[in-house]
Amino acid sequence: MRKMLSLTALIGGLVAASTAQADITIGFVTSLSGPGASIGIPYGRGIQAAMEYKSEVNGEKIKLIQLDDGSDPSAATRNARKLIEEEKVDLLIGTATAPSTIAMMAVATELKVPMIAVSPVIGQPNPADQWGISVPQPASLLVKVVADRMKRDAMKNIGYIGFSDAWGDLVYNGAKAVETEDGIKVLTNERYARVDTSVTGQILKVLAVRPDAVLIGGSGTQGALPLLALGERGFKGKTYGTVALVNPDFVRVGGKAAEGIQVSAGPVIVAEQLPDNHFAKKLALDFRAAFLKANNVPTTDGFSAYSFDGWRIFTSAAERALKTAKPGTVEFRKAMRDEILNTKELSGVHAVYNFKAGAYHGVDERALVIVRLNNGAWTYEP
Amino acid sequence: MTADIAAILAIDGIATGAVYALVAIGTVLIFTVTRVIFIPFGDIAAFTALTLAALDARQLPGTVGLVVVLACMACAMEVVSLARAGEFRAVPKAVLGYLVLPLIVVGIVWLTMRFNPPMPVRIVLALLLIMPISPLLDRIVFRPIADASVLLLLTVSVALHFALVGLGLLFFGPEGVRTEPLTSMAIEIAGVHVSGQTVLILAAALVFSGLLFLFFDFTLVGKALRATALNRTGARLMGIRPARAGTIAYLLGSLMAGVSGILIAPVNTIFYDSGFLLGLKAFVGAIVGGMASYPGAALGAFGVGIIESFASFQSSTLKDVIVFSLLIPVLLWRSLASQHSEEEVEE
Repeated sequence: MRKMLSLTALIGGLVAASTAQADITIGFVTSLSGPGASIGIPYGRGIQAAMEYKSEVNGEKIKLIQLDDGSDPSAATRNARKLIEEEKVDLLIGTATAPSTIAMMAVATELKVPMIAVSPVIGQPNPADQWGISVPQPASLLVKVVADRMKRDAMKNIGYIGFSDAWGDLVYNGAKAVETEDGIKVLTNERYARVDTSVTGQILKVLAVRPDAVLIGGSGTQGALPLLALGERGFKGKTYGTVALVNPDFVRVGGKAAEGIQVSAGPVIVAEQLPDNHFAKKLALDFRAAFLKANNVPTTDGFSAYSFDGWRIFTSAAERALKTAKPGTVEFRKAMRDEILNTKELSGVHAVYNFKAGAYHGVDERALVIVRLNNGAWTYEP
Repeated sequence: MTADIAAILAIDGIATGAVYALVAIGTVLIFTVTRVIFIPFGDIAAFTALTLAALDARQLPGTVGLVVVLACMACAMEVVSLARAGEFRAVPKAVLGYLVLPLIVVGIVWLTMRFNPPMPVRIVLALLLIMPISPLLDRIVFRPIADASVLLLLTVSVALHFALVGLGLLFFGPEGVRTEPLTSMAIEIAGVHVSGQTVLILAAALVFSGLLFLFFDFTLVGKALRATALNRTGARLMGIRPARAGTIAYLLGSLMAGVSGILIAPVNTIFYDSGFLLGLKAFVGAIVGGMASYPGAALGAFGVGIIESFASFQSSTLKDVIVFSLLIPVLLWRSLASQHSEEEVEE
C-alpha cells in the first residue's frame, strides 16, 4: 500500500515536474495504517474535502502529494525528507499521531520548510527558528473550558476519574489548575487502564466523597466505562468530559449511562445548531458539503476538520506570500513561513486562529463550545 | 471502607475472578497435556467477543479470514510432512481434518448469517468459528517442536501472542466493541445488587471446572490426556496418540476461552489487544494452583479478581502493580515447595 502510494506520488511528481513549474506543491502525511489509522483516515478525508473546497490560490493550481506513515515516527521522518528533497514541496501538512508529528516538525525545521501540524505539538519553539504551527486546541484549554462550565453550573465538589496515562494526568492537572477557595474542589484522583474490565472500586471511592459532579479523563469507547459504573450505582449528579470522548462508538457503548454528559468540543461538531452569527457556522456547513462531495460519506468526527482548518491557514498565507515569491523557490518557503506566523483573526471550523512566533498553538476560548449528549446526539449548550 | 462497600467490591471481584478462572483452567488444561504455556489464550477470548460483536452487527467477522488462512497453512504442513514420511494413504484424512472441517465451519457461519439468526444461535456461531483457531495454531507452531523444553515452548508462545495481536488489528480494526447483555435480570443478595450477568459468569466458571474435574478423573479420554502429559513416550507405547491428545486439549481450551470472551463482552469494552492482560492475570491465578490443579487454578483466579477489586478501591493507580506483585511470594513459596498452608494463597 505504502509502496503503491509512493510510486503514484513519484510518477505524479515526474509528470508534474515536466509540465508546470509554478504549481504550489503540498506534501501531506497521515496514518492510513497502524494503530493511528482510526483517526488518520479521517485526517486524509478532511484534506480531500479541503481540496474540493479550494484547489487554487490566486490562479495558481495546488498539487497535493499524500503519503502514509503507518503510525510510525521513523516512517513519518522518511516521508518528510522524501517530500522535501525529492518532491520539492513548498509546505508540509501532517500527521495523525503526536510522536510522528513531532518527528516531522524536526525535519521541517532542519530543512527550513514551513509545516502545519494537524496534531497537538508539545513544547515551546525557538521564535528565531520556528517553521511550524499546530492547528488543534491544546489539552489545557479543553479542560479549562469544561472547568469554567462547572463553575457556571455552581458545582463545588468534583470527583475525578481518568486513564492512568499522560492523558489522564493532563485532564487532572487542568482541573486542579482552576480550583479556588470558594468554588471548585477536585476531591478524587482515581485512575483506570484502557483494558480494565471493571471500575467499580474506583467509582465507589469517587462516590464516597459525595461529589456534585464527576469529570471523566478518558477517551473514546473506553471513556464510557466510568459512566456505566456510575449509572449502576444510581449517581444523580452531573458528568463532564472533553472532546476526546466524542466518537460514535462512545455514544453507542455508553447508551443511557452517558446521557447528559457535557464536553468541550470544537464548534464543527454541532455546526447546524450554531447561531447564524457564529464564525464557524457557514464555514462548517460548507466543509460538510465539500466532505460529502469528496468522500461520498457524511463527516462524523472532529479530526477531518483539523485538516480543513490547516488548509484554510495555508491558503490564506499563500495568497499573501505569492505577492513576493514564486512557488518552488527557497524564497517562497520563507515567505510562507512568515505569512503563516502572521495569521490574524482567521476563522476556521474549529477556531479563530492568531499565530505568532514563539508558540505552536494559536487558538483561544472561542475555539471551544460546550455540547451535551441528549438522546444519543450532541447538542449545543451556549 | 464500610461493610456494604466491601460487599460490593467482593461481588465485583468474584465476577472478574470467574472470568479469569475460566481462562486459567484452560491454560492449565493445555499446559498439563502439551507442556505449552499458551499465552495467546486471552487473545482467543478477546477474538470471540469481537466475533460475536461483528455477528451482532450483521457483518462477516474477521475471524473467517483468520481461520481460512490458518487452515490452508496447517493443511499444507501436514501434507508435506506426511509425504516426506511416505504415508500417502493418510493424506486424504489430513486434508479432511485440517482444511475441509474448518472450511465447513466457515461455510455454516456464512450461510446462517443470511437468515439473521437470533442471539443464542449467534453465540454458538461465534464459538464454532473460534474453536478451530487453537488446534490449527498447535499444528502450525507447536507440533514441529513438541518435544522441546518448556522454556522454548513458552518463548514461542509469547511470539505467537504478538503475531496474533497484529492479526487482530488487521482483521478486527482498532475500535473497541461491546455486545448486548445476555440477561437484564438482577437479584438482591443481603442488600447488595447483583446483576444476572455476574451470576451467569459465576455459574459458567463453576460448571466448567466441575466438568473438567469429572472428565479427567472418570473418562478414558481424560485419562489418556493425563497420561500424555506425564510421559509422551510411555503414552505412545500404550497406544495413545500425543498429537491427537494435544488437539483435544486445544479444542477444549478454546471452548473455555470462547465462553469467557462471550461472558465479558457485555460488561466491558473489548479491543483487539484486550486479551493480553486478561491472559496474564489468569496466568497468575494458574500459577497459584501450581499449573497442575484445576480447583487450585480456579481458586487462585478468584483470589486475583478479588484482590484486584479491592486494590482498585484502595489505590487505583497501583492496581496492576499490586496484582502482579502477588506473583513473587507465590513463586517463592512454590519453588521452596515445602508444606504449604492455604492462608498464604488467600493473601
